Amino acid sequence: MSRPHDMGGRFGDGPVVPTADGFSPYDAGWHRTALGLTLAAGGLGAWTIDASRAARERLPDYGSLGYYEKWIAALADLLAERDLVSRDELRAGDAEPAPLSPRALTADRVPGVLARGTPYARPGDTPVFAPGDQVRTRALPQNAFVAEGHIRLPAYAAGKTGRVILSHGPHVFPDRNAHGLGEGPEPLYTVAFRAADLWAEPEHPGDEVTLDLWESYLSAA
Amino acid sequence: MPHDHHDHPHSLLPSDPALRVKALETILVRKGLVDPAAIEAILETYEKKVGPHLGAAVVARAWADPDFHALLLRDANAAMAEMGITGRQGEHVVAVANTPQTHNMVVCTLCSCYPWPLLGIPPAWYKSDAYRARSVREPRKVLADFGVTLPEGQAVRVWDSTAEVRYLVVPIRPDGTEGWSTERLQPLVTRDSMIGTGLPRSPA
Repeated sequence: MSRPHDMGGRFGDGPVVPTADGFSPYDAGWHRTALGLTLAAGGLGAWTIDASRAARERLPDYGSLGYYEKWIAALADLLAERDLVSRDELRAGDAEPAPLSPRALTADRVPGVLARGTPYARPGDTPVFAPGDQVRTRALPQNAFVAEGHIRLPAYAAGKTGRVILSHGPHVFPDRNAHGLGEGPEPLYTVAFRAADLWAEPEHPGDEVTLDLWESYLSAA
Repeated sequence: MPHDHHDHPHSLLPSDPALRVKALETILVRKGLVDPAAIEAILETYEKKVGPHLGAAVVARAWADPDFHALLLRDANAAMAEMGITGRQGEHVVAVANTPQTHNMVVCTLCSCYPWPLLGIPPAWYKSDAYRARSVREPRKVLADFGVTLPEGQAVRVWDSTAEVRYLVVPIRPDGTEGWSTERLQPLVTRDSMIGTGLPRSPA
């Protein structure tokens, strides 16, 4: 299974290139449009954040696309999958004019929508684990419901033992939500792993990496 | 197990990214699915209102006000709300304070999750493959790319944002700022110091 987005710990990348402090500029004019268009189209409410991440991850050319290129390609795929845009329209780069849809996010609603956000905490089961508990992650980073489906357990942390340091209560479960299988909330934890338990050559004996992991990724260790 | 089958209609669009985004914008606006005024309102928000100065205001206040510092570490969203800071990609914030023993650093290895209401649009390096791939395995080498060297005894804790929890690093208050007001402290708080790839500025 190819998971090019799951790149934590990968070797072979070059230096990180810092940028000036403050507001981050666009590196190209079209990045600006890509950002605004993607967030505005998200305002249609036709997909969840989990579905949009999954759409980006399954782009066949993921590894060769820049950040906003992934956004736009995934946006086009989501719009077509949901029959909001037709293949003929994509091919033509144009469409018959229509009045503004009642589903469209209007400018007057933008400040409220951005300021409210979308909380992901839900009522649900009492967490099984508590801070201090030792837990082990599942051996393979594979979605339990859909073959090659979305999952938020990176490969580098699969089959590893760590300890719970924070308990966030039930959150929307992306492995279901990304695929239209409902929100299926599960208790979410922050789990700390010793770098020495993740990497062959940790930089420092005291180093740790934490991940936010849902309960069904974990078993008692 | 059902298999997710997908094809990729985006390949029907022009391959040049500038032309591709223009074509998609034309389609969505003409069809009435996107309001061009909404696009501008969104962009104006992140170009003029929401940026790292908001996170810096939170950190500076935490440095100056012990009660606020305690609230920030206990319930970051409550602390942010006191300052009118809320929003998408900041619904569930956890603030983590650096200490002489531990330096905190934030990454999202699976995509590029980032605390937008506190720091605005993520910088290009945060979204880069190099940062996503290397930070969890060799944080000190990544810090070296930023010109940062940690004291020998200080451990690094890297927070990989794999869910909808967003992390704000509260850097160590610089020496020589005793008695400073929030307003005077705020310019010392850089964006990168709140991600953990930088340290705050020293007082001039």
